Amino acid sequence: MMERKDRVEEILESLWIITVEGQKDKSDFALLRDDEAIKDLIKMGYVFIKENQLGLTEAGKIEAQKCIRRHRLAERLMTDVFVEKSKLIHETSCKFEHLLHKDLEKSICTLLGHPKTCPHGKPIPPGSCCRGASKEYLKKIIMPLAELEIKKKGKVAYLQTGNRDVLQKMIAMGVLPKTEILLLQKFPSYVIQVGKSQFAIDKEMASQIYVRQV
Amino acid sequence: MQFEKNHDGPIEHSLEIALEKIEGLLYDKYPLSRRAVGLLLLQEDHEIHEMVKESQPTIIDHIEKIISGVKAHYAYPIEYEIALRRRDEVERIINRVVKVAKEEAQGIAEKVSALMMNPIAGFPLLFLILYFGLYKFVGVFGAGTVVGYIEETYDSHLNPLLVKIFSSFIPWRIVQDLLVGEYGILTLGLRYAVALILPIVTFFFLVFSVIEDTGYLPRLAMLIDRTFKKIGLSGRAVIPMVLGFGCATMATLVTRTLPTKRERLIATMLLALAVPCSAQLGVILALLGGHPKAMVLWAGIIMMVFLFIGFLTAKVLPGERPSFYIEIPPLRMPHLGNIFTKTYVRVKWYFMEILPLFLLASVLIWLGKLTRLFDFLIFLFTKPVTMIGLPKEAAKAFLFGFFRRDYGAAGLYDLHKNGLLTGDQLLVACVALTLFLPCIAQFLMNLRQRGWKTGVGISLFTLFISFAIAFMVNLALNKLGISL
Repeated sequence: MMERKDRVEEILESLWIITVEGQKDKSDFALLRDDEAIKDLIKMGYVFIKENQLGLTEAGKIEAQKCIRRHRLAERLMTDVFVEKSKLIHETSCKFEHLLHKDLEKSICTLLGHPKTCPHGKPIPPGSCCRGASKEYLKKIIMPLAELEIKKKGKVAYLQTGNRDVLQKMIAMGVLPKTEILLLQKFPSYVIQVGKSQFAIDKEMASQIYVRQV
Repeated sequence: MQFEKNHDGPIEHSLEIALEKIEGLLYDKYPLSRRAVGLLLLQEDHEIHEMVKESQPTIIDHIEKIISGVKAHYAYPIEYEIALRRRDEVERIINRVVKVAKEEAQGIAEKVSALMMNPIAGFPLLFLILYFGLYKFVGVFGAGTVVGYIEETYDSHLNPLLVKIFSSFIPWRIVQDLLVGEYGILTLGLRYAVALILPIVTFFFLVFSVIEDTGYLPRLAMLIDRTFKKIGLSGRAVIPMVLGFGCATMATLVTRTLPTKRERLIATMLLALAVPCSAQLGVILALLGGHPKAMVLWAGIIMMVFLFIGFLTAKVLPGERPSFYIEIPPLRMPHLGNIFTKTYVRVKWYFMEILPLFLLASVLIWLGKLTRLFDFLIFLFTKPVTMIGLPKEAAKAFLFGFFRRDYGAAGLYDLHKNGLLTGDQLLVACVALTLFLPCIAQFLMNLRQRGWKTGVGISLFTLFISFAIAFMVNLALNKLGISL
């Protein structure tokens, strides 16, 4: 039974990627025609079949979004906290995500500093915890550099910027995942030490560098 | 360096294989190695792309296809993927050949550096640097003592001699006026250039070079970034702004280094409006030297206009907020030889640039007087000048202010020497003149850098703002019954 439930979630995720992120209405499902999981999904009212194509209902979209969120959070957890080798990420995350339910999901999201993208750069749908992100009850492991304490060191976990110019500036400073950064000052600008060099950066940039406290 | 040929996805999209394919297409006539060209192409370097497109137009489509194939398999831009691999390689080499000795304790340079970047100690320190570097050294000593001495020598010895010589050789009054008249090329143009501007600018560049070589500027940029963000600029704009205190024309040229069009426009406008150049600064400081209260008020008003207009412009102009990063090099003791070389080269370059403009300005004034055009323009200026509570003679100073901002300031200086201005009037005049239209050189530079529409727009805007602010200052002084 457990495996069947996992299968249901996998299908929801695939449909989410194809239909919502890929912006198509429906998906070809020839391969899954006789899958028991599909029947379950239809019974639950999450998917519909129309003209031999599979689509997500509104309720299905909500459920699929949650699955995707868990999957990508699990990936982040694997890369950022357990520092898993990239090839194993997908496999492990696939198993792990099904264990992440409600409260645990929130805690992990908080722990990771409410990441917005998975390690492959795809968006993580925000959960209820991300909106009230200031009321955190867990000490974070991964946090934006802007939230690190002065004189503390952080190791870059990932860079979160959609702006190529900003990314290039980070590259120019040598700020890349695994780089160790010493935070020297926060006001009026952020002053960081990377290797033997010091740089001043603004708050925006310091908020886009996510570090794991050393 | 070789990249590993493995890849999470299809092997043909690994960086190394894509790179080898691109290298295979390139011929070897480029100034860089084929691998370097390939790497830059992968990172979508615009210049290199254009170069290859021009040199080997037949292969560019193929290359673009390879690159987009690779790009589709990475979430981050390729330069990021390459940077990661390069970093790993660098680390691998360093770990093998470098031994790290124990970290040294903080030296004196680090302590001073920390003070400079501390917001509480940093601003008073900035004030000290401005006070001693700009005010005491450039203003009081350079523009006051040294200029005074040179001008006196010029006035008492050289000018009478020149007048005597040319009057006896040239019988025509008009030509005499052009050369040695009140606004003559030799008696005014050359005199201002050599006796006034040259020493002031030399002193300024000397201070600027010292400040530059210590590594203070990036620290200042770091201190000021937050404030500059409010006016649509980033900390990096501090360099053209500080240069503006030397020569706003040169500073406008330097705004080219700012990354976005929006920042360049805001910086150009603020330079035209509210940053007094050293020549002007020198004379203004000399004018207000005897009125410390007026000087503090003047500095406060100009600073407020700078921030307020900058803030408004940033609100009005569309565009992204700039992002800021700057490397902070270790503090260094400046090398005297370097300072002198730098100062010499800059002064020489600057002087060569502006001397012709000075002489041209003299000719234009001569022409303007000859054709009576100036009398008409002065007449036009008389109304606004009296509206801001100044004697109508000041109109001349404002008109000449356009030919060089410092002409204007110097014109006021003459009025002041003859005791024609009260403390209040001095303040109003200095405010108006600081904010007034940029000099002709800066005007031309604005046209060249920002296009004629924007250039003219900036000039009209500063003209309006300068009189509006001066009017308000005069009104406030009168209403409050303050006399400075």
